Amino acid sequence: MKPLSGAVCLIALAAALAGCGENEQVVVYKQGHYQGKADSKPWDNESFSGDKGNWEATIKARNQSQNEYRRING
Amino acid sequence: MARMKFICDAERCIECNGCVTACKNEHEVPWGVNRRRVVTINDGVPGERSMSVACMHCSDAPCMAVCPVDCFYRTDEGVVLHDKDLCIGCGYCFYACPFGAPQFPQAGAFGLRGKMDKCTFCAGGPETNNSEEEFRKYGRNRLAEGKLPLCAEVCSTKALLGGDADVLADIYRQRVLTRGKGADIWGWSTAYGKPDAPATAPAAGGKS
Repeated sequence: MKPLSGAVCLIALAAALAGCGENEQVVVYKQGHYQGKADSKPWDNESFSGDKGNWEATIKARNQSQNEYRRING
Repeated sequence: MARMKFICDAERCIECNGCVTACKNEHEVPWGVNRRRVVTINDGVPGERSMSVACMHCSDAPCMAVCPVDCFYRTDEGVVLHDKDLCIGCGYCFYACPFGAPQFPQAGAFGLRGKMDKCTFCAGGPETNNSEEEFRKYGRNRLAEGKLPLCAEVCSTKALLGGDADVLADIYRQRVLTRGKGADIWGWSTAYGKPDAPATAPAAGGKS
């Protein structure tokens, strides 16, 4: 009986010590990456036919229409 | 490359809700969803201030950070958009957003929450530009038409400006340098001529 009780003691000791492991408790967040569909550029359409410069110039001119001093004086 | 932003001048906003109405109409936004709202602080108290608020297209957007399915992306123009086909309507982005921009359509008897909807800076979404599909999911794509967000373009007092951040900063700077700021921009003399530039006298024989 002695070897059996010794084995039981060893197993119990191992099981008790298993709870003492120091696992990493801090969650490591990973930077996500966009998983959806790819979007097209605003100049990739019939109006601008892929001409990025033309689109930028149009938006720039359009932006100035919000400037009341240019709108009134210009 | 332009970096698209909104700016709202609380001194100028008259709480007309023109921006809200224009947005809802342009994108045919359903009931219960407001991509843009006018918020009034100290409502009814002298000195109240109103401000038009929507998605501010943050440079470091918290909605992007918390989204569990990573359905957000930022375009080269700095516009924060999302893919509705991927959105699960969990609402994390709503809790993360400091502006309350993400909106969720409520449908059904038990308030079933739909996919998130928010201001797109009139830039549509990840569908073919100006397609029927894009309009149905995200609304009109005015940027692809060479136009700017309608809310800003329709603003009668030009309190709300939208477009390239550098250009907006120049417009705002010129405004402040020309008209002053704070209490200086109000009053009879500002509206009808300052002492150094008095209003012209009425024509002879005219009504006094």
